[in-house]
Amino acid sequence: MYTFLIRRIVATIPVFGMVALFVFFMLRLASGDPAAILAGDNGTPEQIAEIRAALGLDKPIYVQLTIWLGEMLQGDLGTSFFFKKPVTELIALRVEPTVMLALMTLLITIVLAVPMGVIAAYNHGSWVDRSVMALSVLGFSVPVFVFGYILVYIFAMELRWVPVQGYKSITEGVGPFLHRLVLPAVTLSVIYIALIARITRASVLEILGEDYIRTAHAKGLTPRAVLMRHALRNAAVPIVTVIGIGVALLIGGVVVTESVFNIPGLGRLTVDAVLGRDYPTIQALILVFSFIYVVVNLLVDVSYTFLDPRIRY
Amino acid sequence: MAKTCFMKSLVAAAAMTAVAGGASADSTLRVVMHSDLKIVDPIWTTAYMSRNYGYMVYDTLFAMDEDTKIHPQMVEKYSVGGPNNLTYTFTLRDGLMFHDGAPVTSADVIQSIKRWGGKDSMGQMLMKFTKEMKAVDDKTFQLILNEPFGLVLVALGKPSSNVPFIMPKRVADTPKDTQISEYVGSGPFVFDAANWKPGDKAVFRKNSAYRPRAGKPSWGAGGKVVNVDTVEWISIKDHNTAVNALISGEVDYIESPPVDLLPLLEAADNVKVEVLNKLGNQLMFRLNHLHPPFNNVKARRAALAAIDQIGFLKAVIGDPRYYKECPAMFMCGSSLATDKGADIIMKSDYALSKKLLKEAGYDGTPIVVMQSTDVDVLNNLGPTAAQHLRRGGFKVDLQAMDWQTLVARRAKKDKPADGGWNVFMTSWTGADILNPILAAGFNAGGAEKGWFGWPDDAKMEALRDQFAKETDPAKQKAIAEAIQVRAMEVVTHGHGGQWTKPAAWSTDLSNVIGGPFPIFWNLTKK
Repeated sequence: MYTFLIRRIVATIPVFGMVALFVFFMLRLASGDPAAILAGDNGTPEQIAEIRAALGLDKPIYVQLTIWLGEMLQGDLGTSFFFKKPVTELIALRVEPTVMLALMTLLITIVLAVPMGVIAAYNHGSWVDRSVMALSVLGFSVPVFVFGYILVYIFAMELRWVPVQGYKSITEGVGPFLHRLVLPAVTLSVIYIALIARITRASVLEILGEDYIRTAHAKGLTPRAVLMRHALRNAAVPIVTVIGIGVALLIGGVVVTESVFNIPGLGRLTVDAVLGRDYPTIQALILVFSFIYVVVNLLVDVSYTFLDPRIRY
Repeated sequence: MAKTCFMKSLVAAAAMTAVAGGASADSTLRVVMHSDLKIVDPIWTTAYMSRNYGYMVYDTLFAMDEDTKIHPQMVEKYSVGGPNNLTYTFTLRDGLMFHDGAPVTSADVIQSIKRWGGKDSMGQMLMKFTKEMKAVDDKTFQLILNEPFGLVLVALGKPSSNVPFIMPKRVADTPKDTQISEYVGSGPFVFDAANWKPGDKAVFRKNSAYRPRAGKPSWGAGGKVVNVDTVEWISIKDHNTAVNALISGEVDYIESPPVDLLPLLEAADNVKVEVLNKLGNQLMFRLNHLHPPFNNVKARRAALAAIDQIGFLKAVIGDPRYYKECPAMFMCGSSLATDKGADIIMKSDYALSKKLLKEAGYDGTPIVVMQSTDVDVLNNLGPTAAQHLRRGGFKVDLQAMDWQTLVARRAKKDKPADGGWNVFMTSWTGADILNPILAAGFNAGGAEKGWFGWPDDAKMEALRDQFAKETDPAKQKAIAEAIQVRAMEVVTHGHGGQWTKPAAWSTDLSNVIGGPFPIFWNLTKK
């Protein structure tokens, strides 16, 4: 197990290297000039040239790459072109809202989607099953921002139960924290509920056809015990895999949700950095997202050993 | 049980929010600006958000009012004397203090003007005519010219980017190419750097030590009396969210709501919608003089004959309350406004365009028109221009891109086929184009000195120089008229009409005043 973990961690190093190089060159090859943006709309060609020189963007690409790699090896992810602050500081300011939004979304998703999928599978072919599947199709079909605006209109504008926008840190109190986060989390969870409910239903349905389930019923176990102790546990591996993939997909989802609900998280920072061609910030964010993705995948792999004792590394 | 707890939390949260809102409602102004604050050096960049930050934190020696007249602001009195009236002597008001408690001195002012003069085009012009600046005492300083320059006060009272804000000397000592790292000014607000969350929120506190001058506030001039304790600039990128937040009372003011959402705001009982920047803005049709076909004046005139103002204005603004056709390149309503020479742009004449194109020997190579797709007031300019130009006999390659890509590409002098361009359109706030020195479009210094598009015309440069040296306003106006006529003859650029955009604010606010930049003094909040 430990050998596996070490091997997996070591294997991530070239992955990060490739990601870093890819992002570095893609940004330099893409259109747009940070110096022209920084100079402002009325900036003169002379001012733009001065800024380009000040940022080191007038140097050959290989020199810029060498400087960046050198800084990275010393643990310095760079300084934002725009805010003149270390990128790590900018990211640290934005981590909490995104992590909280993702956790809340996962919580809502798991609490709702897994039971929905199990119930649909158990009542296969019934109106319950069809209803869950219809909701699932709806969840897949409607874009996140449409759900967001509909929920805002109903719960914030009409009923005034929650605010339209903004984020409060959990350090300011659980109440205000939940008050601001519940609507974005529900919005973002809709598509994941649809996904995980479908996967859960399919997995449980497959397990329910297995011989050992029939045996369990024949032993006289209650339907609840069969479902929870035998069916769901054996269906857990594909469900956990999809939840893991879902976490990675959440990174894309938070970009839209954070914009609609004005949450100052990593998603919005990414959009701002891309629009502003803030190279150091984009590069660091992509590395952070890659890191999250790798860690989540690792955790999913490790969880298999707990869910299915037959799996050993 | 869990459900009950969750609902209780929600109810408790709602109650807490209500209490929190009530506690700060009378003293904190929550504002959604057109963008978020990124750069806190208003001399280093021309970005309007940095200029707006500057007006909060810094003060200016002179300021322009809504009639485009220049008035003393930090200056108590000034005189012009010496041989040939080349010596300007300024005395600062009593009680001017920086946020760190230090008094504002002549040394601070001189160094601030020098730094600004090294960066800003108007400032560079002033420095070109300046022999020396020297402190007479802590409150009095002199600016001595080497030859007459008619725009000294206009330059020092320049209302828009880059504004000559006054900083402490140690800050103004920062090289002009390096961003400053202090937030100390002497303006009506103090920047709360500790609570600045880049990309999320910028916070300003009332400067209780600020001593406003007497008089009615008007743009940057007059008394800057602050009636709120705190101003928060909240970054809300999504326009719908910002509008919903204003209607639901979560924010108090939106600087620049998009035109298509104005009906929602106008329908809300608790929101007021009004144009604050009455001078407005002007659309600009810019051609690249470096490459065919627009290196030929007849092709440029053909393009001008093909377009018209009303087409652009309808396409980007749509609501006639917020636009007007205007023949004056220096803005209708300004002291230099004139209609001379502007007939060609007021109405499309496709026959004339085709005739001129034929005379120019246009070979049918498609011209590259750059279209910005992500700035609401610029989105439709490209397709409108393209359609006019096609009807005028041009072949057009309309290329869509985001504004930041356009900004980078317009700086390229390459041939259009190699990543360059032929045409782009933009918009200027009126305060930036009130005279031919301020307005970058008239700079005809060619590929080395000109603004993007790089017109090259010695006669235009001579006229601009003449304008700068002239001190008689009547004669300045005559020269400005000649400049406009020349601009239309050689087509430095076309002016695509004048437009305004209302701001929107809560009816809890009163005494809101406006100008070419958002103003947060004078207003009160219930």
